[in-house]
Amino acid sequence: MQLQYPLFYTFHFYLFGVIALASALAFVTRKSPVAAALWLVNTMFAISALFVLLDAQFIGVMQVLVYAGAIMVVFLFVIMLLNLGHPSEIADKRGLWATLIAVGMGIVLVAQIMVVSSGKVATPYVMPPNFAADQMKKLGAVGTVAAPLFNEYLLAFELTSVLLLVAIAGAVVLGRKRDGRAG
Amino acid sequence: MLAESLALSAALFTIGVVGVLTRRNAIIIFMCVELMLNAVNLTFVAFSRVYGATGQVFVVFVMTVAAAEAAVGLAIIIAIFRHRQTVNLQNINLMKG
Repeated sequence: MQLQYPLFYTFHFYLFGVIALASALAFVTRKSPVAAALWLVNTMFAISALFVLLDAQFIGVMQVLVYAGAIMVVFLFVIMLLNLGHPSEIADKRGLWATLIAVGMGIVLVAQIMVVSSGKVATPYVMPPNFAADQMKKLGAVGTVAAPLFNEYLLAFELTSVLLLVAIAGAVVLGRKRDGRAG
Repeated sequence: MLAESLALSAALFTIGVVGVLTRRNAIIIFMCVELMLNAVNLTFVAFSRVYGATGQVFVVFVMTVAAAEAAVGLAIIIAIFRHRQTVNLQNINLMKG
């Protein structure tokens, strides 16, 4: 069951994992919102590399296009539109209690993960070891995602388009200037 | 690589939680939520290697919801900024009793 990974693979997996962690830590500790946003983009690039290493090439491309390309550009756009690029004058951090609660939640989460990963995976549901790579060969990187998306999850996929429409309408209504009139 | 991916995504998620709880800038808190969504996506992809490609489909859905959430949330932040001239959550306590 346990696959042997070549050293090249393992090295790059750990490399991008360390880059993602270091960038995420830099991201939460930056004072300036622009610097934080750029560190978050770095994290997302590292995670997209991890997606490619985990046999999800299409998701990796989507990650770069949608997250790093679209969502983060919107964030930077808003930061610069509202002129928030400078570090805030008042202290940005909250008090000691919030930090303690956050650290406590982190410890609980890590404990849960350790319990889960020490347990055994229910074998009837486990795919054969090379399942992901084989499916990639058979259907291609896009087909692996597209086949279930357009068969089993077609209804959810169509509802997603409704969600996006609602989001567009909501953003326009919220972002509109109110010139005295109601609405 | 499943255990390593899960550990990494737990660490990233925790960093996001710490950011949400300790920062006061609304935009940075919002970006921390995006980081948490990314960590969950990593979990989905890691499990999709073991349980089949359904996890990758879920990642597509999560990305769509994240995009919708970013659009609406940033519109709300812009609307708040117009009223209060700040995005510091310390000063935004309209709903406090």
